[in-house]
Formats: sequence, structure tokens, C-alpha cells
Amino acid sequence: MTRIRIPVRAELRASAVALLAVFAVPSFAHDYRAGDLLIDHPWSRATPGGAKVAGGFMTIRNNGKDVDRLVGGTFDASGIVEIHEMKMDGGVMKMRALEKGLEIKPGQAVELKPGSYHIMFIELKRPLKEGESVKGELVFEKAGRVPVEYKIENLGAKSGSEHHGGHGAPKS
Amino acid sequence: MNTLKLVRLVAWGSIAVLTAAMLYLLLAPKPDGGSGVASIGGPFRLAAADGSIVESERLKGRPFALFFGFTHCPEVCPTAMFELSEALKDVGPAAADLKAYFVSVDPERDTPEVLATYLSNFNPSFIGLTGTHDQIASAATGLGVFFEKHEGSAATGYLVDHTASVMVLDREGRLRLVLPFETPAEDIASDLTQLLK
Repeated sequence: MTRIRIPVRAELRASAVALLAVFAVPSFAHDYRAGDLLIDHPWSRATPGGAKVAGGFMTIRNNGKDVDRLVGGTFDASGIVEIHEMKMDGGVMKMRALEKGLEIKPGQAVELKPGSYHIMFIELKRPLKEGESVKGELVFEKAGRVPVEYKIENLGAKSGSEHHGGHGAPKS
Repeated sequence: MNTLKLVRLVAWGSIAVLTAAMLYLLLAPKPDGGSGVASIGGPFRLAAADGSIVESERLKGRPFALFFGFTHCPEVCPTAMFELSEALKDVGPAAADLKAYFVSVDPERDTPEVLATYLSNFNPSFIGLTGTHDQIASAATGLGVFFEKHEGSAATGYLVDHTASVMVLDREGRLRLVLPFETPAEDIASDLTQLLK
């Protein structure tokens, strides 16, 4: 029995590694930890030519006991980064900069997503291309500076790592 | 005495009404060809990148879609344009009969050339339009579209709040569809297919 078990385990392990290699790489859910904060899957969208701005999205969870605040950041492909809030008001899109940053309460997960809170990349130096990763930093009041990488998704992506089956991506 | 006063009042009143009516006829933009249906969409006169002037009156005969936005809009505008381009793919060959315009609510930064580059990423047939603030406002208010500039930070300069719905007008230039932001491309496609029949 023991003789058999060892190769089986090894094979299992090998297949697990192979599976990881096959499945984990394309959809790569990436997250970052900074103190009590868990930052899940920062992403952005490919930008149309001529666009000077883009939005950055992610989920930030606060597992600690104290309030923290996202107050700023950097993004390699843009000159300036701001924290914005967007909302629809009677069919009208309204966007405002959050002067005091975005509060992350203890036990709370704040979602930065299209149509809501987002990081606004201003003065883009170049278009963002689908499939690339762009480095940046998030700055929190308490957790400090956190280096992250934004995955650039399709121009029409509504959430991170979404696949548009059947709908071709527009040419960029 | 009282009768005289009344007569005088009526006379001056009529003159005032007539003068107002004359002025309106002289100054107001011409109403549409007398179809008897209130013309909601327009009139407008805006510039495209190829130097042509797009006039609402001349668009009649084919349905057309208008979206009011700006290129410094990080999210709503690209999303709306993307969904519209996806919907047009679903509509198929009939989509060639629908003109789609992106009207800038930020004429200071969006030149016709900037708009053309921006829109080419979504669908080469999309046309960017711009004009003076008043020209854009006239097109917008005619459709119940709202936009308002407000101060942003030093970095953004300013931002523009704007209606995020796609407005679709029929062959007679009447507003027929208001597609709110986040209407699925499939639903847009089925509405447009209906309209293009």
C-alpha cells in the first residue's frame, strides 16, 4: 500500500501544480495585504485613443479594528491620481473628487467599481492596453503606501477579469 | 369710460401678442415640416471632424442616435459607447442605416479631431460633434438632456455632469428611445432592430 501511495501523492501534487498553471495564470486573481487591509484585484480598462483619463477599481477590506482611509496613490501611466465618487442621479452622471479620501470602516469591504467609487487616473501618458499590467501605489492614512499592479481589462469590462464571450473587443 | 379703457387694453394687448408672435416667427428656429407632431429632437447645428456641419433637419429620413458626453469622462462615456457599438454588431447589416453621434459637452477640450480619434476605437462609423456652448445646449435641451460644468480639483480642472442616456430619434426626427446608462447591449439591439424595420 505504502509503495503505491507515494507515487499517487506525487502525481496528485504534480497535477495540482499543472492545474494551477493552467487555471490560475489566465484569470490571476491578485491581492495585496497591508496591515489589516486586504486589497483585492486592482484593475482598470483599456482606454480609447485620445482619452486622457481612466478609472481604477478594486475591493478593499478592512480586517482590523480601526478606520482607515484611502487618501491617494500613484499610477505609472498617469501624472495624477485622485479618489472619486460617481453616481447616477435621475439619469445624470455626477462625479466628484473625495477631498477627504475614501473611508474604509473596520469589518467593511469597500468596492471601487464602475458606476461608484473609483480611482481616477488623470493626465494619462499613454493609452492603456488590454492584457498589460501597470504598476502603481495606494496611499492609506494608516496602512501607508502599498505597491500594487493594475490588470488592464477589456474596454467594455464591467468587473475585473470578465470575459466577453461572443462579443469581440473593439480594435484599439 | 370703462369700455374705452377696455378697448384700449385689448388693442395694446393684441399688439403685444402680435409683436411677440412676429418676433418668434422671425427669430425662432424653423419648426419641422408640419407633421403635426411636436418636434422634440432639436433643432441643432454642430460640427464634425471632417469639417461638415450636421443639422438636425437634414438627418431626417434615417433614424439616428445621440449621446452627450466628453472624452475626459473615465467611465460612463466609454461604457455607453462600447455598449452601443456592441448593440450595433448584434443588429447586423441593418445597423448601417443608423447614424450614431457623440455630442461633446466639453467643447473647450474636445475638438472634432480629438473626438474622431476617441470614437474610432469603438466604431469607425461613430461621429463626434461639437460646437459652441449654446449650440450644444440647444441640441441637449431639445432632447431633455442635461449637462453642467463644475469645478474639479486643480488636477482635473473641471468635470461635467451630464445625462448618460442614449437618445434615439426616428426617421421623422422624433425622439423614440431613451436608453438609460447600463441598458444591456442585447436590449438596445432589439429596440434598434424594431426601429430600423
